[in-house]
Amino acid sequence: MNTTPRLELQGMTKIYPSVIANDSIDLRIYPGEIHAVLGENGAGKSTLMKAIYGVVKPDRGRILWNGKPVVIQNPAHARKLGIGMVFQHFSLFETLTVTENIALAMDDSPRLEPLAERIRTVSADYGLPLDPERLVHSLSVGLRQRVEILRCLLQEPKLLIMDEPTSVLTPQAVRTMFDTLRRLAAEGCSILYISHKLDEIMELCHNATIIRGGRVTGYAKPAEESAAGLARMMIGKELPVCSQKRPQISGKTSLTVNNLSTKSADPFGTDLREISFSVSEGEIVGMAGISGNGQQELLYCLSGERLVDDENVITMYDVPVGRLNPDQRRNLGLGFVPEERLGRGAVPGMSLTENTILTAHRHGMVKNGLLRFRRAAEFTRRCITGFSVKCGSIEDPITSLSGGNMQKYITGREILQQPKLLIVSQPTWGVDIGAANVIRQAMIDLRNNGSAVLVVSEELDELFEICDRLIVIAQGRVSPSLQVRETNKEEVGLWMSGMFPGGPKEKTAHSPQEPGSHVC
Amino acid sequence: MDFAIFLKILVAAVAAGTPFVYAALGELVTEKSGVLNLGVEGMMLVGAITGFIAMAKTGSLLLAVACGMAAGALMAAIFGVLTLTLMANQVASGLALTIFGVGLSAFLGLNYTSIALPGIAKLHIPLLSDIPVLGKLLFSYDILVYGSLALFFLVSWFLYKTRAGLILRGIGEAPKSAHALGYNVIGIRYLAVLFGGAMAGLGGVYLSVAYTPVWVQGMVAGRGWVSLALVVFATWRPLRVLFGAYLFGAITIAQFHIQGLGIDIPSQLLSMLPYLATIIVLVIISRDLTAIRLNSPASLGITYHPENQ
Amino acid sequence: MFVKIEPRPEPSRVMKYCSPLIAALLMLISGLIIFTLLGKDPMQAFFAFFIEPVHDLYSVGELFIKAAPLMLIGTGLAIGFRANIWNIGAEGQMALGAIFGGYIAIIFHGSSSHFVLPLMILCGAAGGMLWAAIPALLKTVFNANEILVSLMLNYVALLLLELLVHGPLRDPNGYGFPQSVLFSDSAMLPILIKGTRLHLGVLISIIGVGIGWVFLEKSFTGYQLQVAGLAQKAATYAGFDYKKLIWIGMLAGGLAAGIAGVLEIAGPIGQLLPSISPGYGYAAIIVAFVGRLHPGGIFLSSLLMALLYLGGESGQMNLDLPSAVTGIFQGLLLFYLLAADFLIYFRLRITRRQRKEG
Repeated sequence: MNTTPRLELQGMTKIYPSVIANDSIDLRIYPGEIHAVLGENGAGKSTLMKAIYGVVKPDRGRILWNGKPVVIQNPAHARKLGIGMVFQHFSLFETLTVTENIALAMDDSPRLEPLAERIRTVSADYGLPLDPERLVHSLSVGLRQRVEILRCLLQEPKLLIMDEPTSVLTPQAVRTMFDTLRRLAAEGCSILYISHKLDEIMELCHNATIIRGGRVTGYAKPAEESAAGLARMMIGKELPVCSQKRPQISGKTSLTVNNLSTKSADPFGTDLREISFSVSEGEIVGMAGISGNGQQELLYCLSGERLVDDENVITMYDVPVGRLNPDQRRNLGLGFVPEERLGRGAVPGMSLTENTILTAHRHGMVKNGLLRFRRAAEFTRRCITGFSVKCGSIEDPITSLSGGNMQKYITGREILQQPKLLIVSQPTWGVDIGAANVIRQAMIDLRNNGSAVLVVSEELDELFEICDRLIVIAQGRVSPSLQVRETNKEEVGLWMSGMFPGGPKEKTAHSPQEPGSHVC
Repeated sequence: MDFAIFLKILVAAVAAGTPFVYAALGELVTEKSGVLNLGVEGMMLVGAITGFIAMAKTGSLLLAVACGMAAGALMAAIFGVLTLTLMANQVASGLALTIFGVGLSAFLGLNYTSIALPGIAKLHIPLLSDIPVLGKLLFSYDILVYGSLALFFLVSWFLYKTRAGLILRGIGEAPKSAHALGYNVIGIRYLAVLFGGAMAGLGGVYLSVAYTPVWVQGMVAGRGWVSLALVVFATWRPLRVLFGAYLFGAITIAQFHIQGLGIDIPSQLLSMLPYLATIIVLVIISRDLTAIRLNSPASLGITYHPENQ
Repeated sequence: MFVKIEPRPEPSRVMKYCSPLIAALLMLISGLIIFTLLGKDPMQAFFAFFIEPVHDLYSVGELFIKAAPLMLIGTGLAIGFRANIWNIGAEGQMALGAIFGGYIAIIFHGSSSHFVLPLMILCGAAGGMLWAAIPALLKTVFNANEILVSLMLNYVALLLLELLVHGPLRDPNGYGFPQSVLFSDSAMLPILIKGTRLHLGVLISIIGVGIGWVFLEKSFTGYQLQVAGLAQKAATYAGFDYKKLIWIGMLAGGLAAGIAGVLEIAGPIGQLLPSISPGYGYAAIIVAFVGRLHPGGIFLSSLLMALLYLGGESGQMNLDLPSAVTGIFQGLLLFYLLAADFLIYFRLRITRRQRKEG
């Protein structure tokens, strides 16, 4: 292509007080090109995109738009130039309607009625139908993303930025979205596609810029590279793998959920319907599903942060625990790592040692109602050495840890208490690959020592790597379980959209082709 | 109770409810932007004394209103600097504002405690005011009462019919999203806070210049706090604020009428009525968590840090 | 040269301790400006306001008498504030303490039993807790906002006190004045140091602060309150019972305020009056914040706040300064503190190079 690049970045640099997020990044994208920005979590991809969209002001560097230097003042300015962005964490307003949400992103103050009409036609045209009158909080995550995309499409963008768009989609829905993106590109729109998923990038993107630690480490044509090659550029070494040694262990049933139904406490949440499954000692059970399908609500019930009406619905080692609070469940051997680290799994404004007391206090850290800080410090030291947590000292505030280190610390704190049942939600969300590997290995080790582990994750690759069995959650219902070695992503993907025996979309589903998939 | 007395009570309730209308609608707009300003009482007091002084010195109602609103807005500006620019805790800052306002108004009012103002005239609209019953009920008030009604229509229209209102609601609901779309969250919140302050100040002016035209230290007597409760009671909807304000107006004047009826109850017990009613109303409304969540701005009271998004 | 504001990577511990001092200093400077604007010689006014009240032993005793209820209530409130439980009702809880305690003093009038005083304190504590239990109950059962409820109850309590001293608890031989009998000696707090008015209540208050310190800094419950305040979801995640913490937070404030109410009527006042507190319940909120919700800090800030009260009186007597200035100072102090706290999380950096537009 020898035309002028639609967008060119020269020496883009953004410095935060504690970290250089972007260090002299150069990037070029042409009209009609789908260009990947590839890098692991924390590499600085999102910051770069926010700089292009005018949300973040870069400290140094130039942006050329169609060959002319521009200073993008704010998102409205970016939109005026023809830049649209679909955020990873949606920038939607829950209590407003679809139309109102889209109106807020339009700069020409449209009247709401004609806008609703346009939403109807354009969304149908792109095969992404949407009801403009719906309140956003009543939409599924996938539909919410649709609102975000449509918001961009209505402005007929010249450049569309998509930040990790597939984490909220089933493998099948990913394909539909790829079709839409290819069509947009064919119409001349440039697409910047941010992801850390190698297979998607190899399938979709024409070119890639690879970023590591805030710097560009290479440019590539993904179709001509191997996954291993891209991974090396992304993390600077071979992709680490977990040890696959897994002795067969047959143990007692650790956790049983028997016909659990609840109404969500949050009016915008998902109700749980007739959920039944179990987890035994010596196995890792993975729960797959698109976020927002009831995982949060289910985990609140399992951890005891929310009590259920009938105590017998949830049992741990045959003890009914449905009416026990988290503290009492931990006394029975439960460990729990929630997906929100800061503010739930750990307390901002407290040191590592103080955060240890949060759940580990039962291990001799309280005597006569008074705290024994020395015990807590000792435990904390074991945790940071055992899980290679990088920190200054154990008296440092927890907020001084990076995302990966914080997750290692919290996981370590829970595992060091030798739980008989460990529940982990989104173990590697936003975590760098090195830390992710430590965490996955720790879960496998715990399993090998005879504990039961339940992992809730949106990353299918991760679940297929570490789990023995899989269950799928969709619209508040949980599927029967599948043995990992007897299923594949295709099948799990279908189940994620609700097409499983007893699932919300069972009737409309074609029965799974392979009769070989083993239903436990 | 004969009809004439009932009518008299209704009319009096509207007048007594008017300071609530101003203060609570102002606070409603502030809260819709996601900011909880607990300093309403302080802003009302400072507005009341400033308006009183202006009225005493010049005799101009317009000037009194302008001064009271400016004083309220100025107080709100202090709150804005603390919570929006310096990112201080909104609860603590609001309390500080009230404590400061109590002190400041007492100080400013030292030389005005023995002055009585003439009050302001009721509007007499030819023909309309002379209609029996209806004329009395609808067309027998002073201009500030009608001003509060105009404010009600203005706020309802602004919040639900204009783009600016939509942006304001969006910012209260999800400031991060609004920021990502390019809206100036802090700037718009400043405007909402200043508006709330000006309206609280105006509510204060109504009290000291029209309703009981004398200055008594601490004369707002908890009406600012009741206004805060009214916003919750109204689940953040202007029409219900209006209704609640008149309800509380009625409760406020009920004590005088009960005494007037010759029922022998200690005056202190009667004075407790509005405060007890506030508690009861809060209890009734707060039970319904879903209604609260659906109507309250999601970011209410949470400090917004533009840097860590 | 440009001043650039940037977030600190970590909150500054130094600034945490410095910001109350900065706030006090700024308040002093503002004070001097206000004095000047009022046409007074600032140095003379400064002396009258801040030095005169502590120039001899007797005055220092007065300082502690004023500081005692502030430090006691401040500590009690801090227990709730740490968990974001906003008990604004100390003024009313104090009144209830005085009513309950005062009632005991009145029915045992003339008795010389040693049990009268302890019984008064016990009942006063119960009264304060009872009043604080109302917002706690309404919050835990009906989710009613404790700020508004506890505040409304202040008005109710003050009216109740007024009602009682006008009626049932009025001294029958008091010529109709709204006040109770003067308490007998058995219902009065003994003086600790001759030549001062320093009474046993001051010691009780200091002990109260000490107990608060152990509770907040060393106990598991104190830790739980802190967690709930910093991250309520983390408290739920850990399984701490938030409703229990609400009760503890509210009742601690009620207990402290109730006792403070008794100590006031059994100390400097000596009878029940229609008003027994010059806004201690509100001032204690400022004391708690300026003291960083830490009992040690609260002890110091209560002395500062007491100085403001005494300074207001002294300024009024010596220089004809309006005593309402005290209220302004109180508000300013809290404003400055909240503003100075910005420096805990942000720093100002002077840069030479102009920021390039990027």
